[in-house]
Amino acid sequence: MSNVLSVRGLAKSFGGVVAAANLNVDIAEGETIGVIGANGAGKTTFINMVTGYLPPSSGAIEFLGRSIVGLAPRDVTRLGLCRSFQVAQVFPTETVFDNLLTAYGVAEESGLSLLRPIHTAERAARVDAHLARYQIASYRDTVASALPQGVRKLLDIAMATVRRPKLLMLDEPTSGISIEEKFGLMDIIMAALREERTTVLFIEHDMEIVERYVSRVLAFYQGEIICDAPAAVALEDPKVKAYVIGRQHRGRSHAKGGGHAEG
Amino acid sequence: MTRLADRTVIGLTLALVALFAAMPFIPNWMMFVFLQSFARGAVALGLLVLWRSGLISFGHALFFATGAYAAVFVQRMVVDDALAMVAGGLVASGLLAFVLGFLLRRYRGIFFALLNMAFSMVLWGLLAKTEALGSTDGLGITPPAFFGMKFTGDEGKVAIYVLAVILTWLFSVAVHLYMRSTLGALSNAVRENEIRLEYLGYSAERVVHIKYVVSALLAGFGGVIMGMTVGVVDPESMAFWTVSGEFVFITILSGTGNVAATYVGAFVFEIIRSVAFQYYPKLWQLIMGGTLLLIIMFLPNGLWSLLRGRGRGHATEAK
Repeated sequence: MSNVLSVRGLAKSFGGVVAAANLNVDIAEGETIGVIGANGAGKTTFINMVTGYLPPSSGAIEFLGRSIVGLAPRDVTRLGLCRSFQVAQVFPTETVFDNLLTAYGVAEESGLSLLRPIHTAERAARVDAHLARYQIASYRDTVASALPQGVRKLLDIAMATVRRPKLLMLDEPTSGISIEEKFGLMDIIMAALREERTTVLFIEHDMEIVERYVSRVLAFYQGEIICDAPAAVALEDPKVKAYVIGRQHRGRSHAKGGGHAEG
Repeated sequence: MTRLADRTVIGLTLALVALFAAMPFIPNWMMFVFLQSFARGAVALGLLVLWRSGLISFGHALFFATGAYAAVFVQRMVVDDALAMVAGGLVASGLLAFVLGFLLRRYRGIFFALLNMAFSMVLWGLLAKTEALGSTDGLGITPPAFFGMKFTGDEGKVAIYVLAVILTWLFSVAVHLYMRSTLGALSNAVRENEIRLEYLGYSAERVVHIKYVVSALLAGFGGVIMGMTVGVVDPESMAFWTVSGEFVFITILSGTGNVAATYVGAFVFEIIRSVAFQYYPKLWQLIMGGTLLLIIMFLPNGLWSLLRGRGRGHATEAK
């Protein structure tokens, strides 16, 4: 399998604060990767650098064999590396349908074709199919600001997948979601992504979710990757146990069959 | 929804026909009011394009004056032809906006609004101080020729009216179709969440830059029509910041609901001002201010909301 993403010696410091130091990551096609680590360990900084939001202090980033250091987020997005956000980023006064319609319009038109009407019957059908895949079709005509948190997260991720990304990065898809709903939400997301065979990396604090969905774990601690291994190995690693999981590791008794996310 | 001729296009076309059908019955003074409404309405339409993205300019007199002075330049130095003068006005204002846009696309809110005002006042100063451009007296425009035909007096006014009606229709339909396009749909995206837009794969700054040029083209066109109508272009009535203020006034009066709203707004503005000026020559500014206050308090979405039902917010903007 070829590498989708290859990161070498990536580092970022803000003045004297080292947010990331010597990160080396290879991601192969088809992988599902969980990123764990305490707050401030550099997980989001990693995503921000790779997607062009933050310029790295040093290091190389290759996506599909070409360097993407210095590219703007929109250019990285166009190449097929897309992301969602810890706080869902949507257009609040637009309906769910219009949010996704805008995303489709931007993805499918360029140059002068941007002047064609955005609303076509064919595109509307694609939008509706997309809404169905993320199980938010019942919120089709609700304005985004009025959505329950879980649905807004799904909308954010749905918008990030419109381009059928070669690599998708989800920044804490379950943050702000109650424990009962987390598994239902992740089931919807992972089923939709599997359907598209999307390579995905997501940040997650809940070790049960990591165990259940990922094939490989990257553990961050103080700006460094202290463990890069299959999930079963990584979660038993002594350093990971000491610095990342700590006493927060929850028992497996609760919430296993957790409720479905709204919608 | 995908047909090019939707309700707004049909409505605009009916208005075009009505404005031509009514032509023989329009008294001279009313034709003057109409022409001024077309001119100011065009600028307000440009401001509407910006406003859809949450941007307001206190300086579009810059492009209004640029268009008008460019028309004078074309008539005197190149060719005395109405269409060439319009083209000259569009090229000059569009080019100026294209260049300034590289700076302004980076600003939002009050900074965008006031930077525009700053540039417009620079132009005002230049025009007022430059002898060759007539300084504060301005320059005259003679009734333009149309394809080599010269009309004078009332006929000249009618000729300008025909030109203004056709081009106003053309630009309004074009702006409406732009609003319905993918690029137009990004207006709201810029206003609400630039980060999301960037991560969908499009530059928010480019959206603003395009809008800025479009709004300047419309303002330039308005300036040309105003210059032809009044017969003179001068810094005080073309480039001074109060002129920009009037455009913002009209935009608020009209609301952003529909492209046609700006012409209704501009027409109402002219009528209120003419009546107020005629009957209360010392109080007319007070009356204008009071009108603005009442509109903001009771019709926050402008006159157009009277047609669409009150209280419906920006979310119902015509798609």
